Amino acid sequence: MAEPLQELGDHIAQATGDAVMAVYVRLGELMLDARPDGLVALITFLRDDPRCLFKQLVDVCGVDWPEREKRFDVVYNLLSLKNNQRVRIKVATDESTPVPSVASVFSSAGWFEREAYDLYGVWFADHPDLRRILTDYGFEGHPLRKDFPLTGFVELRWDDVQKRVVYEPVKLTQEFRRFDFLSPWEGAHQVLPGDEKAPAAAQEKGKTS
Amino acid sequence: MGVITPAKPDPVTEAALSRALNDELADKGFVVAQLDKLITWARTGSMWGLTFGLACCGVEMIHCWMSRYDLDRFGFAPMPSPRSADVMIVAGTLTNKMAPALRKVYDQMAEPRYVISMGSCANGGGYYHYSYSVVRGCDRIIPVDVYVPGCPPTAEALLYGVLQLQKKVRRTGTLVR
Repeated sequence: MAEPLQELGDHIAQATGDAVMAVYVRLGELMLDARPDGLVALITFLRDDPRCLFKQLVDVCGVDWPEREKRFDVVYNLLSLKNNQRVRIKVATDESTPVPSVASVFSSAGWFEREAYDLYGVWFADHPDLRRILTDYGFEGHPLRKDFPLTGFVELRWDDVQKRVVYEPVKLTQEFRRFDFLSPWEGAHQVLPGDEKAPAAAQEKGKTS
Repeated sequence: MGVITPAKPDPVTEAALSRALNDELADKGFVVAQLDKLITWARTGSMWGLTFGLACCGVEMIHCWMSRYDLDRFGFAPMPSPRSADVMIVAGTLTNKMAPALRKVYDQMAEPRYVISMGSCANGGGYYHYSYSVVRGCDRIIPVDVYVPGCPPTAEALLYGVLQLQKKVRRTGTLVR
């Protein structure tokens, strides 16, 4: 499974020159790290090349890595129905550097990019209509950024004097509390029931091989 | 079915009552009753529910009108237009963006109007209580008469809520609200 994918990845990297920075296969899926300036050409190539034919843009999404200098990843998921293949392209950017829009290649990218702009504040250059799509009218901030507070900044209620819905700073009677005692990913290390011998067995296996 | 229906009067009393009523009608040609009782009786027997389904609760609200529980038999009919509806069922998560629209629809309803808040999200934000985009209870926007708890409440629970509302209307029904 991995080898044909790697071959396809090498083919793409060869054909598009320095637009692709890295090609790797993870968990049986092909991933490409791309440079922003070559992105449109790369996506057009992926759509049109007879060995690729990734004609569906399934998704454009964002990832926030606050500790990185280029804190955002924009991730494009492509699907080729013809070849039954998928590919994922990642582009890194920061708050002020725009990523070129691929709305001219895939019209579905228009709303996906608006969503990424709305929730992460990633800018897209040459987007036909870059404005918010999901959040409230007049919303401030980008809620999926890691530094955005869970409860936001405003809440609203009906004001019977003004006869309209008014926005006010959030006032909580009780702060948000975490009750996740059982998660194996948080807090003290826990052995799940039935999993008691697993770490020892893994160590044993490592010794013999 | 789980819904408590009032015990039926025994056949003998019922027959006597019906005979007395018929005699009075035949004798005088009219029956005397209290006006407010009559009005609340008419009101509870014909409540039209505005279907404000916002999330998964909306599906459960639909169940309530389907054949198993059949809200129609209580005279509680679904009505998609706020102008002719009496009861608004807020079924689901009320987001900040939706709140002005909800209020606008509520304001379009004619008096007397009632509101049933259905499910945890409409009651107090529920699962999304700490979210940046959700109203912490639809009673921040509109006055609520009956709260139906649950996530989502079963169709039976909503039916019980409707019966509670009818009880409330019978008890407190006035000509001017």
